[in-house]
Amino acid sequence: MDQSQIRNFSIIAHIDHGKSTLADRILQVTGTVSERDMREQLLDTMELERERGITIKAQAVRVAWKGHQLNLIDTPGHVDFTYEVSRSLQACEGAILVVDAAQGIEAQTLANAYLAIENDLEIVPVVNKIDLPQADPDGAAAEVADLIGDDPANVLRISAKTGHGVEAVLDAIVERVPAPAGEPDAPARALIFDSSYDQYRGVVVFVRVVDGAFDTREPLRAMAQGTRFEAEELGFFSPTMRPAKRLTAGEVGYVVTGLKDVSRVRVGDTLTSERRPAAEPLPGYKDVKPMVFAGLFPTDSDDYPELRDALERLKLNDAALFYEPETSQALGFGFRCGFLGLLHMEIVRERLEREFDLDLLVTAPNVAYRVLRPGGEWVEVHNPSELPPERELVEEPYIKASIIVPKEYVGAVMELNNERRGRFDHMEYLSEERVHLTYELPLAEVVLDYYDQLKSRTRGYASFDYDLAGFREGELVRVDVLVAGEPVDALSLIIHRDAAYARGKALVERLKEEIPRQYFDVPIQAAIGSRIISRETVKARRKDVLAKCYGGDVSRKRKLLEKQKAGKKRMKQVGSVEVPQEAFLAVLNLNDGAGRK
Amino acid sequence: MSGARHLYVHLPFCAHRCGYCDFVTVTGRSGQHGAYVDALLRELELERIALAPRVETVFLGGGTPTLTEPAELARLLAALPPAEEVTVEANPETVTPALAALLREGGVTRVSLGVQSFRPHVLATLERRATPDAVRRAFYALRDACFDNISLDLLYGVPGQTPADLARDLDDALALDPEHLSLYELEAKPGTRFTHTFGDELLRQAEAMEDYFERVVETLTAAGYRWYETANFCRADVGRDLRSRHNLGYWLGRDYLGLGIGAVSTVGATRWRNRPALPRYLAALAEGARPPREVEPLDAETRRRERLLLGLRLDEPTPLAGVEPALDAAALARLERLGLARRTDGAVALTHRGRFVGGAVTADLLA
Repeated sequence: MDQSQIRNFSIIAHIDHGKSTLADRILQVTGTVSERDMREQLLDTMELERERGITIKAQAVRVAWKGHQLNLIDTPGHVDFTYEVSRSLQACEGAILVVDAAQGIEAQTLANAYLAIENDLEIVPVVNKIDLPQADPDGAAAEVADLIGDDPANVLRISAKTGHGVEAVLDAIVERVPAPAGEPDAPARALIFDSSYDQYRGVVVFVRVVDGAFDTREPLRAMAQGTRFEAEELGFFSPTMRPAKRLTAGEVGYVVTGLKDVSRVRVGDTLTSERRPAAEPLPGYKDVKPMVFAGLFPTDSDDYPELRDALERLKLNDAALFYEPETSQALGFGFRCGFLGLLHMEIVRERLEREFDLDLLVTAPNVAYRVLRPGGEWVEVHNPSELPPERELVEEPYIKASIIVPKEYVGAVMELNNERRGRFDHMEYLSEERVHLTYELPLAEVVLDYYDQLKSRTRGYASFDYDLAGFREGELVRVDVLVAGEPVDALSLIIHRDAAYARGKALVERLKEEIPRQYFDVPIQAAIGSRIISRETVKARRKDVLAKCYGGDVSRKRKLLEKQKAGKKRMKQVGSVEVPQEAFLAVLNLNDGAGRK
Repeated sequence: MSGARHLYVHLPFCAHRCGYCDFVTVTGRSGQHGAYVDALLRELELERIALAPRVETVFLGGGTPTLTEPAELARLLAALPPAEEVTVEANPETVTPALAALLREGGVTRVSLGVQSFRPHVLATLERRATPDAVRRAFYALRDACFDNISLDLLYGVPGQTPADLARDLDDALALDPEHLSLYELEAKPGTRFTHTFGDELLRQAEAMEDYFERVVETLTAAGYRWYETANFCRADVGRDLRSRHNLGYWLGRDYLGLGIGAVSTVGATRWRNRPALPRYLAALAEGARPPREVEPLDAETRRRERLLLGLRLDEPTPLAGVEPALDAAALARLERLGLARRTDGAVALTHRGRFVGGAVTADLLA
């Protein structure tokens, strides 16, 4: 199709502001799906996403509107997937910015709006849910207009739920969003903005054709990674897969690659034709690296092969997931996994538990550290127990946190951020009531329970978003926990020197409560290197006998001992100490801020 | 199978059911003693095939065997097979010179006195009817009747009992110079009236049990007693083996026949327990039928495991022959390193320190 008739756009919004409902309504209004076929939140294919109200894997849907081809590109809705969001936005010329008429701007509204502005998108501001009794469309419109530097009169007011104003949104896209402006005759280039894995067809990539055109059966190449494959099929979604002979400049669609490994065609890479390759890839490719790491261990060590298979299968669809085998003497065989962020970790964990029915023990998450070794070599450390004792300095990742909160909670947020080694950056009133705060925080402080704390200290009113802000040197130490002199690898942690004593003490005290008395005194210690910073002792058990045993109760006593034996068998050995798995769980929960959800 | 050499006879009658008791007992049925003895003797006839031609030990337990009508008790003793050791359990308040003479004449060689404590407030808590003086009177009545093998039962960890109370109980018991002592920690069974009444105090006592147990073993071994089983001690300095031969039969994993309500028998590959209801027991045997029972089959492996777990209660090593498959060799090696178990000449035993944690060590050792 002629590029002048094409409009490519995304919908961006804070969670629950109505992005998916608006997408559904657009499909209906344009006749792409009939009322009867309408499934709630059609674009969210995974069960988990629907429950969380977020979208993990983007898709693109082509709709027709008044002689135009509109491609709606769905974006992931969470901070962990910022890079994927930015690639999706790069595939567009415009974005509908949806704001809840009752809630106003939230942290993700800001983050997404800034991303859209960075990508030079034409923003179509929309205030949604104007039918709600507590809606304040004018207030929300004023906030949005202020944010993007537009006139409040240009902000559309709609109810995606009832469909009111949705046609006007489509008209605005046609009128305001520029048509694509690639070179139709240049060598072909397409941006890969998403990929997914189908067990029958292999890796399917979603692309935005920028220049030239792609044909079915054409040999292709992903330029950054150099992966070569043939386009087994081309097409677009409307709303289901529709094969097409070719995709031309400005169009959005899919390519079936036949590849079996999603990591070979990464989001952000550029597709070109082998026959007439482009000289330069499109700008902006980044190799996303996991920033949050945790050990995943099966509760029952017999489930290790199942966990390995499950991770393999998840990885097919999740190029950002990283894992490698890890052996812990306390927790047995498992995997050290890397995630983009905490939400990504929670999603992987829940999918493992739900879709693969695995019972998992997850260690406290930690971030990636950069360590300068004597001699000038930099190493990256993903596991506290691997932090080399000889080191010049340690760097940890920082984030730029963006927090929007009613003004009465500003004090509480500042207090929390100070506790978490935050550095104040900026404060701004969005309205008379609401304040936007930015802070720089060590990511390590955020992965430990930060979000729950923020929510509880602001009664749920704070919204939070962040961007990685690079690595910085920190006064970091490794705290080891020793049981009877043996370090428990799974409990080691890297922490700021100032917090080491308190956390070491808390760990040791908790572990003391959880370890049953043994045949001998068991010292439990927290140590930095060879220096003990906290110590408790589980006193030896001096008596454990069945008081009496005669002919009448041999069977009962035998069963008691067999039960005791079975209980011991379920324990994990740390050196010669028997530690119930629950003890590790309790301590890991302590690290984790008592099991965040 | 040569048959059981150990015979247990249960006499369930009691004047009163003590709050902490969980044995099979019957109160207020004095009219039925005769019928019960009849039933016991019929059961003996029905099961005689399970007994060895020569019975080594007989044990009359209860209940309160010495509360049985004297004439009926005498009739029972006369009808039981003769044995080298015949033990009767007695409550102190029932022991008179006449009863002592009756036992003696009935061939009883050993009396086990249920003393529990010499402290009036402890006895009151336990709802025991004997006074400290009654205990002493009973003891001397037995001595006067020439009983040279008397055992005393004592309890520790009783609500209201202090460490000093226990020390004085041990002193008072030792002052009588008994041949044998059994020291039991009070086991409060969940759901009993006693546990309900003394819940908090029982928790405090549980914390003190470690000290009590150590004190008991120290005091009695220092006084010349042999700690030959987890809860049992006998004089070791008189040239006689004063261990309870009947109970040794249990701890060595031998066969035994039990008669009476609630009694358990273990013969070969079968264990059975008579149901505890008195009327049904009497009715069945009145018709010459076996009383209602629960039967538990015991395979060879289970008997091996039992021989091991029972044998490890003793100070004498248990020969490995016959129990080896029930033994976790790796656990044994580890416990030897910890100084809790030892292997000597094809036998295994717990060390002195190991015996204090014998339950846990045994659980470890069971394969």
